Amino acid sequence: MRLLKNGEFASDDWTVLSEDDVLPLNGDVIVCFDRLMRDYAQLKAHDGRIAVSFPNDCAVEDLDDYLDILDKVVLTFPVFTDGRAYSQARQLRQQFAFEGEIQASGNVLPDQLAFMRQCGFDVFLVNGRFDAEQWQKAATSMTLTYQNGYLPERGFAPADVWKRREVKSNDQLRSDFEEVWTA
Amino acid sequence: MYRYDEFDHRFVRERTTQFRDQVTRRLSGELTEDEFKPLRLMNGVYLQLHAYMLRVAVPYGTLSAPQMRQLAMIAERYDRGYGHFTTRQNIQYNWPALKDLPDVLDHLAEVEMHAIQTSGNCIRNVTTDQWAGVAADEIADPRPICELLRQWSSLHPEFSFLPRKFKIAVTGAPQDRAAVAVHDIGLHMHRNADGEAGWEVLAGGGQGRTPMIAVTVRDWLPERELLPYLEAVMRVYNLHGRRDNKYKARIKILIHELGAEEFRRQVEEEFARAGTPEVEVEQRELARIAAYFAPPAYEDLQDVSTEFELAKNGNRDFANWAKINVAEHKAPGYAIVNISLKPVDGIPGDATTEEMNLVADLSERYSANEIRITHRQNLVLPYVRKRDLFAVWSALNDAGLAIANLGHLGDIIACPGMDYCALATARSIPIAQDISRKFADLKRQYDVGPLTINISGCINACGHHHVAHIGILGVDKKGKEFYQITLGGASDENASIGKILGPGFSGEEVPDAIEKIIETYIAIRGESETFLQTYRRVGADPFKEALYATA
Amino acid sequence: MTGKILTANRVDDGLVVFLNGRGEWAEALSEAWLGEHDSTIAEFEDIASAAGAGTEVTDVYLFDAERDGDEFVPAHIRERIRALGPTVRMDLGKQAEGIGGAFNALG
Ligand code: SF4
Repeated sequence: MRLLKNGEFASDDWTVLSEDDVLPLNGDVIVCFDRLMRDYAQLKAHDGRIAVSFPNDCAVEDLDDYLDILDKVVLTFPVFTDGRAYSQARQLRQQFAFEGEIQASGNVLPDQLAFMRQCGFDVFLVNGRFDAEQWQKAATSMTLTYQNGYLPERGFAPADVWKRREVKSNDQLRSDFEEVWTA
Repeated sequence: MYRYDEFDHRFVRERTTQFRDQVTRRLSGELTEDEFKPLRLMNGVYLQLHAYMLRVAVPYGTLSAPQMRQLAMIAERYDRGYGHFTTRQNIQYNWPALKDLPDVLDHLAEVEMHAIQTSGNCIRNVTTDQWAGVAADEIADPRPICELLRQWSSLHPEFSFLPRKFKIAVTGAPQDRAAVAVHDIGLHMHRNADGEAGWEVLAGGGQGRTPMIAVTVRDWLPERELLPYLEAVMRVYNLHGRRDNKYKARIKILIHELGAEEFRRQVEEEFARAGTPEVEVEQRELARIAAYFAPPAYEDLQDVSTEFELAKNGNRDFANWAKINVAEHKAPGYAIVNISLKPVDGIPGDATTEEMNLVADLSERYSANEIRITHRQNLVLPYVRKRDLFAVWSALNDAGLAIANLGHLGDIIACPGMDYCALATARSIPIAQDISRKFADLKRQYDVGPLTINISGCINACGHHHVAHIGILGVDKKGKEFYQITLGGASDENASIGKILGPGFSGEEVPDAIEKIIETYIAIRGESETFLQTYRRVGADPFKEALYATA
Repeated sequence: MTGKILTANRVDDGLVVFLNGRGEWAEALSEAWLGEHDSTIAEFEDIASAAGAGTEVTDVYLFDAERDGDEFVPAHIRERIRALGPTVRMDLGKQAEGIGGAFNALG
């Protein structure tokens, strides 16, 4: 498995801790939600970044009290047709103003990458079946989106049709549009 | 009607390019069938009994003449010369080859059409009143909201992998012709005490194996809050809808299990937390869209047309058709023409390339270039001057399409059933044909009065049998086709689910069973009492007795 | 004699096909291979899983059929309609191309 970030493969320096693994002196760690609740104080003092692996059948509002120490939330797609984590990511970004990384894990496929990015995911744990180019191609095959407020903040972003329509004259629309398309 | 701007064009073209690439990857083996299937479904491509099937979205059932001609061309060039109009106001092709489908989607894009989200666990094509914008009883044309919903739901990043499919129906009139109470979400326009038009939001209606009438989630919602509110409903469903059992995955089950009260509380909580941050953008977009739905420039006409009255006096068939198939229009001197696709012995909803072209021609000459598809599988010309009705009728009559049975016994809904559908447990179409032959006499149909017969070939209920006055459901009984009859369903503003009358019948027995039900009704009906009114007054017993007592 | 026939839809055009004795996918049911022994049926299952993962056919499965003279008659009406074409459009499908079979869909 490899981490995909900003359209490229990145090194994965995170250590996944099980419920009872000893917390190392330093380094970036991923813990489950139960451990996050249990060891909150200890984790808060930890020298290194903290991530939680959060199941897709729990409410993200339960994370609210812990977001201050979290650098990353790992959400999961047990199968790619189980779309709960899209809403979880959306809520984290829009309603709980979470600004750390949101990572997709599980059954992550190129044809769903664009949707995930629009909902707020920015890191993807993927298998080696597809190369970086295949991921990028699938993620950028649609350059437009009709939904308001579903734009990824970093990297490639589709054009927001409704906003562009209202602020631009037709000529501006056209040139703007060519720009988006050829970018 | 709505016209694409360059963004809409670009969006659909990118989507067809993407699908072309996905088809290439499937044919080369880069994608497995398991991976490809959800992708093809989200582009409207099913695999049916004999071949692939392509379901093309007709957004809220509105078509222009050039679009209808393109549909006719596709039927001719890529299919077998016909298409099937469905209860979802869409059109289906039964024989396309996968390798041709990217070209077909390109041809659709040329006329601002697509097949996006006509399948899959996403928000499906939005449906509405087939008389939207012209019905005499309407508060406002619901199609601007429908178009806004079409755009908003297209490739929605959050709601494309829902627990199950999701259908939204909208109506802008007090009389519900869009069956909003049997959809996942129904939107019904009302005025509040201040006279402002807004939306009642219903949710959790549906047919299938657990038919349910929707509950009202909000009595009245200002239009500006509609999209954020729908997002809240969708999000509660996406997070909490069941995913362990596909038969329990629709929103109706979630609402049933939570209770309407608790569901409402969760939606309101989510709505409050998410807020309405982008409503200004949405309102301006809605205003932009609404301008496209301005009515055509109506001529200043007297409501009574002498030509029309004279023509009726001179031709009994025309007069009958005008009485049965022509509906009252908002504008004086205009009429709504309903074209029944239910000839005796025909296949409900099927239209040939020639028929589609004829209707396109007529709409161009007489109906401001517009055509509607109805959820009862018929067509509508929405803007016909009364003085042109005779000419329209004559052209339809020459083509065998002046079938004066709208809303009557011969106007039967039938899903494709086992003649085409891979999921079917029995055939539907032959049952419709048998009944239509038995009751071919129009005089008899008029005597019986308004009546809906709907037939489904399996429990998925695409033929809307649950909400028919007389519903027929095909089942498999030890390898033989069997048919259950339900009575008392309705899909209007007083929607109800029909009740099973008793043991089923073989296909050959169905027409006689219908005959007995009709005879019973005629014997006990009150003065000008319709079938449904009689059933609601007397209940199932007299009908049961007629069908089963002597057996 | 009853047995089982392996069927599928072709990936590129979607049409119904049946496995024949040479391991090819044929359009006419009369050319199919009727598996009458457990060993053949086990072999069918291997062929089915291999074919389902390939690019030629999809939705591979077995159905029951019976030999009648020199043709095969599927046991269930669904498979009979699939082998012939729609009962309401005799001008379409395999029945219209003369490769349906002499049997009646309704049995
Ligand atoms: S009701 Fe059943 S048989 Fe009819 S079209 Fe739907 S799935 Fe097919």
